[in-house]
Amino acid sequence: MSSIIQQLINGVILGSVYALLALGYTMVYGIIKLINFAHGDVYMLGAYFGYFFIRVMHLNFFIALILSMAICSVLGMLIEFIAYRPLRHSPRIAVLISALGVSFFLQNGMSYLYGSDKRAFPQAIETTQYHFGALQISNIQIIIVTTAVALMILLHLIVKRTKMGRAMRAVSADEEAAILMGINVSRTISFTFAIGSALAAAGGVLIGLYYNNIDPLMGMTPGIKAFVAAVLGGIGIIPGAALGGWLIGILETMAQAVGLSNYKDAIVYAILIIILLLKPTGILGKNKREKV
Amino acid sequence: MAEELLKVDNLSVNYGAIKAVRGVSFSVNSGEIVTLIGANGAGKSTILRTISGLEKVADGIISFEHQILNRMPSERRVRSGIVHVPEGRRVFPGMSVQENLQLGAFTISGKSQNNAAYEAVYEHFPILKDRRNQDAATLSGGEQQMLAIGRALMAKPKIILLDEPSMGLAPLYIQKIFDIIQNIRDTGVTVLVIEQNANQALKIADRGYVIEGGKITATGTGEELLASADVRQAYLGG
Ligand SMILES: Nc1ncnc2c1ncn2[C@@H]1O[C@H](COP(=O)(O)OP(=O)(O)OP(=O)(O)O)[C@@H](O)[C@H]1O
Ligand SMILES: [Mg+2]
Repeated sequence: MSSIIQQLINGVILGSVYALLALGYTMVYGIIKLINFAHGDVYMLGAYFGYFFIRVMHLNFFIALILSMAICSVLGMLIEFIAYRPLRHSPRIAVLISALGVSFFLQNGMSYLYGSDKRAFPQAIETTQYHFGALQISNIQIIIVTTAVALMILLHLIVKRTKMGRAMRAVSADEEAAILMGINVSRTISFTFAIGSALAAAGGVLIGLYYNNIDPLMGMTPGIKAFVAAVLGGIGIIPGAALGGWLIGILETMAQAVGLSNYKDAIVYAILIIILLLKPTGILGKNKREKV
Repeated sequence: MAEELLKVDNLSVNYGAIKAVRGVSFSVNSGEIVTLIGANGAGKSTILRTISGLEKVADGIISFEHQILNRMPSERRVRSGIVHVPEGRRVFPGMSVQENLQLGAFTISGKSQNNAAYEAVYEHFPILKDRRNQDAATLSGGEQQMLAIGRALMAKPKIILLDEPSMGLAPLYIQKIFDIIQNIRDTGVTVLVIEQNANQALKIADRGYVIEGGKITATGTGEELLASADVRQAYLGG
């Protein structure tokens, strides 16, 4: 029993990182209907910037986290500007392929520049384990969850309370009507990429701290899982992405707990398929086919 | 002497090979209500969409307050006072009435200004005040139309472009919308309105233009068009 609860805790930690990544997928999908395949690679870049600021610049972990988020938000806008914006009015498949291209470019570019080997992420914060009976949780895990939750609350406030957040929701709901309100759609899309990329970077830095190593391909699997999380929650729906992220994190660790480590990914995808067969629009998705 | 606010000069608009608007010229003076009437597919919506920048000008010139708009991005047109209420209302679903109005004021800065604007909109449409926290998607068709117009007023337009505001509404609502259009004009906003409901539109309009197959085929004051045999035949049921 306690081992199940322990795995549940671990699942929530891992899920927090998936959730951070899934939010970017879902926001970008909501606004331009693009599955941004390069999103996982921004997460990887985030981890590398974190590495750089901590190891080379000897900065405090949280300062490194914020700087990495800031840089990746600019990179996210740049990726959109260079690779997606010129294709805004092209068939969707063209943009999708461009996204794949960006993904390969970032992965191979980083391998070329810094080698494809794993490198050790600095132990910027010394690990302390806390014990509650048979359960244990580390300060690192607590930092991951609280940072992720804090960022989600911040995102919620931005989306619900700020002018740019309202513009984002308006463009997602009805781009043409948004234009008629005097909203600059390009700027709103840039903003969405900035926010999504910053969250991905945060995920990358946190996972570096958690797993202690990073490599240029580290974004691939979490990228796919976060995408699955976004679909599971209902693509385009922000709370759905958070929910989906946690769900997948928990499922994955549970699969490990019952001794199915080798099949954990298969189980995650099988569950995805089942849920989507039952509810194609995702858990929080509206059943009517309505633009969200 | 009324001042010319909007001028459309020899405008043509295409959708690929389809020539939707072919050399249309007309103007709207400050303080007027002008209506465009015509059958389905005549090109009326296309004209409004081009004025607000949603479609590209293929040929001709659109100018507003003597400034050429042809290449101006939509959001700058909104800022300069051209506000378009599109066909089919297009309120933002999943957002409250109040948030929809707030989006209408996107180009306006300053909270106190907006508060006055809300009050003005709620004065035109008291029902919106009662519904202000309700999801816009759950409003009735007539209420959505009021919201769409109210949202446009939040942007402090000099001219408001209305695309079939009475479409799909019950007679009671239709009368209300036409009353409101006159009220809006009385507050100093110029109105360019497309209507299927030609009879009622011509009654409140200072001037009207009849569009057929992308061209203007008749023009005159509201009364003249109402009296014209051809117009009666084609659009007013004889
Ligand atoms: N997006 C589009 N792509 C291709 N053709 C279009 C498009 N929009 C309109 N058209 C065509 O352009 C012509 C004019 O359409 P428009 O919508 O301006 O007419 P309308 O006068 O507003 O008609 P209605 O009274 O039915 O709203 C029509 O023949 C229509 O089929
Ligand atoms: Mg029309």
